[in-house]
Amino acid sequence: MNMIENRRIRLLRQTTIYLTLIAGSLVVFFPLVWTISTSLKTPEQVTVREVQLIPDPVAWANYVDIFDLVPVWRFLKNTLVIASASVFGGLVTCSLAGYAFARILFPGQRVLFFILLATMMLPYVVQLIPIFVIFDRLGWVGTFRPLTVPRLLGHNAFYIFLYRQFFRGLPSELFDAARIDGCTEVGLWWRIAMPNSKPVAAAVGIFAFQFAWTDFLSPLIYLGSKQEMWTIALGLNGLKGFEGMGSTLPMMMVMSIFMIVPMLVIFAFGQKYMVQGVTVSGLKG
Amino acid sequence: MASVQKREIAPSVSVTQPARKRQRWIGYLFILPWFVSMIWFDAIPFGMNLYLGMTDYSVGPIEQANWIGLENFERMLDDDLFRQSLANTIYFIVFSVPLTLILAFSIALLLNTRIRFLGLFRTVYYIPSIIPVVAASIIFLWMFNARAGAINQILYAIGIDPIRWLTNPDYTKITLVIISLWGFGAQMIVFLAALQGIPEQLYEAVAIDGGGLRARLRHIVIPLMTPTIFFNLLVGLIASFQVFTTAYIILGPNGGPLQSGLFYMMHTYNNAFRYFEMGYASAMSFVLFLIILAFTLLMIWTSNRWVYYGDE
Repeated sequence: MNMIENRRIRLLRQTTIYLTLIAGSLVVFFPLVWTISTSLKTPEQVTVREVQLIPDPVAWANYVDIFDLVPVWRFLKNTLVIASASVFGGLVTCSLAGYAFARILFPGQRVLFFILLATMMLPYVVQLIPIFVIFDRLGWVGTFRPLTVPRLLGHNAFYIFLYRQFFRGLPSELFDAARIDGCTEVGLWWRIAMPNSKPVAAAVGIFAFQFAWTDFLSPLIYLGSKQEMWTIALGLNGLKGFEGMGSTLPMMMVMSIFMIVPMLVIFAFGQKYMVQGVTVSGLKG
Repeated sequence: MASVQKREIAPSVSVTQPARKRQRWIGYLFILPWFVSMIWFDAIPFGMNLYLGMTDYSVGPIEQANWIGLENFERMLDDDLFRQSLANTIYFIVFSVPLTLILAFSIALLLNTRIRFLGLFRTVYYIPSIIPVVAASIIFLWMFNARAGAINQILYAIGIDPIRWLTNPDYTKITLVIISLWGFGAQMIVFLAALQGIPEQLYEAVAIDGGGLRARLRHIVIPLMTPTIFFNLLVGLIASFQVFTTAYIILGPNGGPLQSGLFYMMHTYNNAFRYFEMGYASAMSFVLFLIILAFTLLMIWTSNRWVYYGDE
C-alpha cells in the first residue's frame, strides 16, 4: 500500500518536473522561433493581430534582399578585423602572461598577480571615459585601433587567469625534462605549454571571438559616427533607424539571425570548453 | 626510462633551480605586453577618472580641463535626471537580480534530479546566454511592440487587451526586467556545476534521518550552495548596476517615455558622448564605482553570517 503510494507520488513528481522543464523550454525558445518566423514574412504579414508562426507565403527573398539593403559583407569584414585581433591577443599574449604567472619565478610575481586579479574586479565604468579621452588625444577615434590595440596587448585578466590555472595544472615533469635538455623558457612555452593547452585555448579563442562579435558599447563609441567602419552589431542596431515600422522588421530579424547563427555554431562545437570556462570562473569565487 | 633515471639521479632542486634562477628575468618579458596594457588601460584611466571628475573637461574644439573641485558632485544633487536614473537602476536591480537568481537556482535544482535529456535541457536553457545582446535586444524590441509584437498577439488570442510595454512609462522597467530574465542560463550553469559537486552521502544521511526533499533542500543543498549563491549575486549585482545595451537599444539613449527606462550608465553615456560633458560624466562614473564598491564590501562583510565555507 505504502509502496504503491510512494511510487505514485514519485511518478507525479517526475511528471511535474518534466512538464515544468518542457514548458520552460518552450518559453525560452519562443523568441528564437518567432525571429525565424518573422524573418520569413513580408512587411504586410507582420502587422497583423493574430499570431502566425508559419508564414504564408514564405518570403525566402528576404535573405537575398538584405544584401541590397545593408552592406553586410563590409560589416562582417570590419567585425572580423576586430575579432582576429581579439583572438590573437587571447591565444598569444594572454597565454604568454599566463605561462609566466604559472611557471616562471620572478621577483614581484605575487604582487603583479594580485594586480591582475584586481583589474578583473574593476567595473568598466571607471575606465570608459578616460580611455576614450586617451584615444581621442591620440587621434584614434574613428579607427579600429581602440578596439584592437588593447586586445593585442592582452588586456584581459580573465584569459590570463584561465591560462595560468591551466598551465599550473600541467605536470612539472613535462617541463623539467625539456629544461634539462637546455630548452629556453620561450621554447618551453612554444613547444611544451602551447601544444598541451588545447582545452584552454579553445575556451579563450571562443570567448575572444564571441566578445568581439557581440560587443556593442566600444564599437558604438569609437566607430559609431563612421558607418563604413561599423561592425555587425552596429549595423543591426542601425537598421532600427529605418523608420516606417513593419517595413524593415523582417530584415532586422534576418540580420539578427546572421548575428546569432555563428554563435550557435561555435557553441555546438565548443560547448564543452565554454562551459568549463564559465564554471571555472564561477567556482573560483 | 631515461628521463626517469635522470630525475632519480639529479633531484629537481639542483638541476631545475639554477636554470630557473638564470631565466627569471624573462618572466618580465612574458608579461610585458599585459603590463603595458594594465598601466595604459587600467592604472592611468583609473587615476584619470577621478581627476577628470574634478574638471569641466569636454572634448571638441576647446580641449582644456579647468579644475572645478567638487562642483560636478554638487551638480549631481540638483540633477533630476541623475536622481531618476539612479532610482530606475535600483528598481531594475531589485527585481532583476533576485528573480534571475531564483529562476536559475530552481531550474538547476530540477535539472539535478537525475532526469533524462539533461544535456538537451541544459543546452536549451543556456542558449539565450550566447545570443548576442544586440540581436536579443532587437528581437525583444519587436516582440514587445504594442501593435506588431508577438507578446500582444498572444495576449489578444487569449482575450487580454494589448499592453503598451515600451511606450507606457509604467511598464518600461518591468519589460526590461522580463527581458533580463531570459539570460538566466549562465547562472544556471554555474549552479548546476556546484550542485553536481554535492557528495551523495550527504543526501543519504538526510534520508536515514527520515528527512524528505524539503529537509534535503534546507539542511544540505542551500547551505552548501551559499558560496555559489554569493558569487552569482555579486556578479549579477555588479553587472546590473552597469546595465546599458539592452535598454539603450530598446528604449533609445533617453530611456523611453518620461525617461522611465533611463539607467545610470545611459545618463553617464549621454553626458559623455552626446553632450560631451566628460568631466561631469567622469564624476558620475566615479560615484557609480563607489556605489558598486560599497555594495561589494557590504556583501563580503555580511557573507560570514550566511555563506558556508566548509570546515577544511
